[in-house]
Amino acid sequence: MYKILKKEVLSDIIKLMVIHAPHVARKAKAGQFIIVRINEFGERIPLTIADYDRDAGTITIIFQEVGKSTMQLGRMETGQEISSFAGPLGHPTEIENYGTVVCVGGGVGIAPIYPIARSLKEAGNSVISIIGSRNKDLLFWEDRMRAVSDELIVCTDDGSYGRRSLVTEPLKELIENADKKVARVWAIGPAIMMKFVSLATAPYNVPTTVSLNTIMIDGTGMCGGCRVLLEDGARFVCVDGPEFDAHKVNWDSLLSRLQFYRKEERAAVEHWQHKCRLEGAPEEGGK
Amino acid sequence: MAELNQKERMKIKRHDMPNQDPLVRRRNYDEVALGYSEATAKKEAERCLQCKDPKCVQGCPVGVLIPQFIKALREGDMVKAVEWMKVKNNLPAICGRVCPQETQCEGNCILGKKGEPVAIGRLERFVGDFELAHRTCPLAKAAPTGKNAAVVGSGPSGLTCAVDLGREGHKVTLFESLHGPGGVLVYGIPEFRLPKRVVYGEINYAVECLGIDIKIDHVIGRTFTLDELLNDYDAVFLGTGAGLPSFMRIPGINLNGVMSANEFLTRVNLMKGYLFPQYDTPVKVGRKVAVIGAGNVAMDAVRCSLRLQTLHSRKTNELPGEVHMVYRRSRDEVPAREEEFHHAGEEGVIFDFLTNPVEILGDEKGNVKGMRCIRMRLGEPDKSGRRSPVPIEGSEFEMEVDTVIMALGTSPNPLVFVEAEGLERTKHGTAVADPETGRTRKMRVWAGGDVVTGAATVISAMGAGKRAAADIDKFLKGEAPWQ
Repeated sequence: MYKILKKEVLSDIIKLMVIHAPHVARKAKAGQFIIVRINEFGERIPLTIADYDRDAGTITIIFQEVGKSTMQLGRMETGQEISSFAGPLGHPTEIENYGTVVCVGGGVGIAPIYPIARSLKEAGNSVISIIGSRNKDLLFWEDRMRAVSDELIVCTDDGSYGRRSLVTEPLKELIENADKKVARVWAIGPAIMMKFVSLATAPYNVPTTVSLNTIMIDGTGMCGGCRVLLEDGARFVCVDGPEFDAHKVNWDSLLSRLQFYRKEERAAVEHWQHKCRLEGAPEEGGK
Repeated sequence: MAELNQKERMKIKRHDMPNQDPLVRRRNYDEVALGYSEATAKKEAERCLQCKDPKCVQGCPVGVLIPQFIKALREGDMVKAVEWMKVKNNLPAICGRVCPQETQCEGNCILGKKGEPVAIGRLERFVGDFELAHRTCPLAKAAPTGKNAAVVGSGPSGLTCAVDLGREGHKVTLFESLHGPGGVLVYGIPEFRLPKRVVYGEINYAVECLGIDIKIDHVIGRTFTLDELLNDYDAVFLGTGAGLPSFMRIPGINLNGVMSANEFLTRVNLMKGYLFPQYDTPVKVGRKVAVIGAGNVAMDAVRCSLRLQTLHSRKTNELPGEVHMVYRRSRDEVPAREEEFHHAGEEGVIFDFLTNPVEILGDEKGNVKGMRCIRMRLGEPDKSGRRSPVPIEGSEFEMEVDTVIMALGTSPNPLVFVEAEGLERTKHGTAVADPETGRTRKMRVWAGGDVVTGAATVISAMGAGKRAAADIDKFLKGEAPWQ
């Protein structure tokens, strides 16, 4: 069992948790992910590592409540325990000094882009970060991102904070600005955002890395449910990724595969909310 | 019963296994084969001729002392029967259910030459179940040796190896990447063929008796590397299996509704998807399922699909759909265990032999809507000795399906080879290891089971785990140093 040592509510639907998992923390690196399973009935869900502390033996996860499992996890509190927590999985980000790099984090993707930006900064890169969300309430870690970036651009879809635009607009401006000499781009966020980041950088041939979060069960290469089509065939996100060259990803296939269990996901939420109402809300996550 | 003579024994007919009715069992996940009663087991045991040179034992990958345990069983001495069994096999309740007896012990039985072989597998299961219920044969543990060993993977080879090492007094840590132990016994083989209570019964007992420490959620190659384990343990056994699924290299494999049998079976068995939404992991099969392949995994996928369809149709009052098993060779080449093939047929699968998909077709939303297949004929024998399938030109046709499950075999997971300098691999991705001792090319590292042989059977993996444990024990006791 793995104890929740700390919980922060970053917004109504975005939660941060610090989990005691020394076996994962000892080797965790930026770009990797973990698989969490709440209890014996739980599904295995992949979450990207937002931060780690080797000395304390902790992993920080940040997640958005989008389905039954994340909602249930979001209702768990400090001191409660999660029944399984495996990792670190996937390949870490390849960190080098590339020159000027842009790190794009959209929505809950701000969490995993943070350790990447930090590592790139530590490796001597000039880091320009763009973070964006639907609105001001869903934005988090602006201070942290600012601390590891030479320049930070904040945007919201509705203009309630920062610049009113999608993340792709300032990204295009940076790439077109010859003085900036953008060598590489990392982007993590909703699949649709990553697709448009990829479309934005492709004409300029700026190498662009995305971190994919597909449907996954074991996370060790066993099920193949996470497979993604690249130009030259299928890959498994869990063992070959999670980071891929954005320009080689077949985005339409990826977006369609993410929809496959949509009906069941809705049914699971309904079933759970019904159960919560019967047993008296708010539901404790750990039960 | 008075002692029978050989002629009388040979007159007794082989006893059928009582099974759940096919129409009933399509609606549930309960075990299909119900097991012999004590009376039936004794009567079946009377059929054994107690050969001086028992061929059945030669057919068993772990060399179970078959005539001895059968003799004790028919004399009514169950405690003795268990003892004889446990000399060679720690997990009889599992083997009795999943071994391909027809090609092993029973395939060699002298009675099979003219009539039907002794039902050794069913008797083994009877003895195993007796032991699970009564625990007459406690796992004795030798005095602590002060040595420790890491066993990676808690499937059949790892479990067997861990138990044997534990009995010799070594401190064993068993690493498992998933959230519970058992490996393929839990994620792969369905409840109706091998109830999880049987697997957990064996594991829990071993853990309690021998003090084996199980570390779940540890992915070796990621959480710890092999080289890190070697710093902390005197010996390491790799029983990581063959977990990586293969997909056909044809267009359309990434469409929604195409999945590996591994994914499908993991959702059903390990994650209990058939109990969704009580359990969180969904699993879905459509109304027209095609399972590609004809091995044991394919049979499991077929039979799980049939059950999911039946359960679904009972909820929705729709007619149940169809499940096809699509195989490029013919009936005679089917590699699955005979009983599974027979059961799948009884439950209503449609077999499409000599048929091979060439493309999976999707609709505008990216969902599977059909499969373009080609008819095959059997040509010359290939390397495996089986006649190889050859496409018949111009015979392509379309088959309407909405779910395609690929059961085409698996290869070893490469993660364990990460930061494992000197651990040699073949071009098929399997670990190079001595078949007798399990020693790899890397010092203090042994390997056995599917990670060495590629996908094979539970019992062959157990045999490899057992042989490796014997050699590791000698090594740890200084009797067989690493050359």
